[in-house]
Amino acid sequence: MKKSLSKQLTQTIPLGAAYVSLFIGAFIMLMPFYYMMVFATRTNTDILSVPAPIWFGTSFFDNVSELMRFRSHFWHAMGRSLIIASSTTILNLFFCSLAGYAFALHDFRYKEKFFAFIMATMLMPAFVSMIPTILLMQAIGWINDLKAMVIPGACGALGIFMMRQYISGAIPRELVEAGRMDSCSEFGIYWRIVLPLLAPALGTLGLITFIGSYNNFVGALLVMRDQDSFTVPLVLRSLQGTSAATWGAISAGSAIAVTPLLIAFIIYSRRLIDGLTSGAVKG
Amino acid sequence: MKKNSHKFLSKKWAPYLFISPFFIIFIAFALIPLGFSAYVSLYQWDGANAMKWEGLANYVWVLDLQDVKWGEIFSLDFWRDLYSRDFWRALYNTLWIGFVAGLPQHLVAIPLAYFIHTKLRVLRNPILAIYFLPFITNTVAIALVFQALFSTQFGVVNEILTNIGNWSIFGMSPLSWLFPTEKIDWARGDMTRWTVSFVVWWRYVGWNTVLYIAALQTIPQDLYEAARVDGATPWQQFWNITIPLLRPMMFFAVTLTLIGNLQLFEEPYILTAGTGGSGRVAETSAMYMLKIGMTDGDFGTASAIAWILFVFIALLTVLNNLLFSTKD
Repeated sequence: MKKSLSKQLTQTIPLGAAYVSLFIGAFIMLMPFYYMMVFATRTNTDILSVPAPIWFGTSFFDNVSELMRFRSHFWHAMGRSLIIASSTTILNLFFCSLAGYAFALHDFRYKEKFFAFIMATMLMPAFVSMIPTILLMQAIGWINDLKAMVIPGACGALGIFMMRQYISGAIPRELVEAGRMDSCSEFGIYWRIVLPLLAPALGTLGLITFIGSYNNFVGALLVMRDQDSFTVPLVLRSLQGTSAATWGAISAGSAIAVTPLLIAFIIYSRRLIDGLTSGAVKG
Repeated sequence: MKKNSHKFLSKKWAPYLFISPFFIIFIAFALIPLGFSAYVSLYQWDGANAMKWEGLANYVWVLDLQDVKWGEIFSLDFWRDLYSRDFWRALYNTLWIGFVAGLPQHLVAIPLAYFIHTKLRVLRNPILAIYFLPFITNTVAIALVFQALFSTQFGVVNEILTNIGNWSIFGMSPLSWLFPTEKIDWARGDMTRWTVSFVVWWRYVGWNTVLYIAALQTIPQDLYEAARVDGATPWQQFWNITIPLLRPMMFFAVTLTLIGNLQLFEEPYILTAGTGGSGRVAETSAMYMLKIGMTDGDFGTASAIAWILFVFIALLTVLNNLLFSTKD
């Protein structure tokens, strides 16, 4: 009797400990988001008091109007960020799926070499090109221009990889051959046959691209210099160190900035994680 | 036959057209700037006025090794002296944060992925989503919140830690040896690096977990069943089946972490308000490079830094390759 009890314990204790760690970890992951929301609804006095508030207050709209007083261009920046992220996403979906279609369903000379090259560019450290990017954007007059944040990221290597993986697994070559029989053009096959079948992969890639572009801070820091061309991360960053801006206003701005992503993530998280864990990233 | 002339492009050339956008963008916005920066690194240039040829002077200035006392390389003073030089301090900070933030990412992500994959059913997706959430959020927004949470006086982190440290039962504080009983000054020199590392760890641990789960899903179940028949304990199964089969993904994920952490910029930049913290202990190489380039407007020197770091990252990546390939 006693022996089986100790055996039971040696099995349940590690399992229990694992569950406890799992939930402590989840708590650590969520805590900053929770406090961001709490601070956004609290006055500065509340936030600076000890112990800190742990439940929501009623000062959200005061904080927002405070934010507007310091950064009247906040909503413009929000709009600009959304435009940049949407255009980058649309261009990526188009160019990456087109390239993925070519790599998955066409045979052409040097195909493997081209593909290996694209994959290798993913390992290239981005900061090597930071300084030259500034110089280039100055040379072609794209400083403060939305284009500077859209065009360079319009066709990512990761997107091509994901699309090729998905297309070669999901679309049989016979479909393409059938399209050729019906004398569709190569582009017509892509547009009318392949693209409509890509919805799940487009959703995953679209969300990843949108998030990356919307959050792009360094890229904006390099080229968006005037306040009138700031994106959301730049406006948030500009609140830092100005003694006038309160933590409530900063948290309100942060919370508003993060909300579109949170909503998109809550809606698509299941599909996104399924997309990432099955096939999309496996080499 | 007339129909054929409608073809957008012949079957032979169409694929080249379809993959061309990547190469056009890559050449215009990566290759040409890269070549140009190699050229600029040999000149003194503020981006506006005439360029002045300097040869390798920028590289010599950045490395700053002319008056280093090589004879004392085994003494602590040698390394202190090196640390006082901007480029080397930034490199040291980058490696420090990269290691302290990077290694635990994988040490946590691998068992976490294994646990989620083998034990969780209903909770699997919600838990994964929670751990993945930090990866998708705006670094600037979240770093600002972390700044408030890590505040010495009113910060929640200090509050929680000191509460655990001072927790007393039967008149004793059993956890005071492990947790602080006094508020920690997170802005104090050496603490800044820990704070930055924690935020970086927090941000990427879920991403790595998702990568490892993707790899775990490809391991066939009958391997485990065969092991179970042979009487292998769960621990032995983990150690002798899971870990070896995860090797390719470990290599991929560690490479991503390595390259990402060596270019670390956003987290330390926001958490230290662009200053690098007191004593510039959290100023990374990327921050140093952008400071020289953008704040000081010295594009030649900044380009030289970029190329030195490029070579350095390439060397570390090769080293990483060797480590993973010789283990077999």
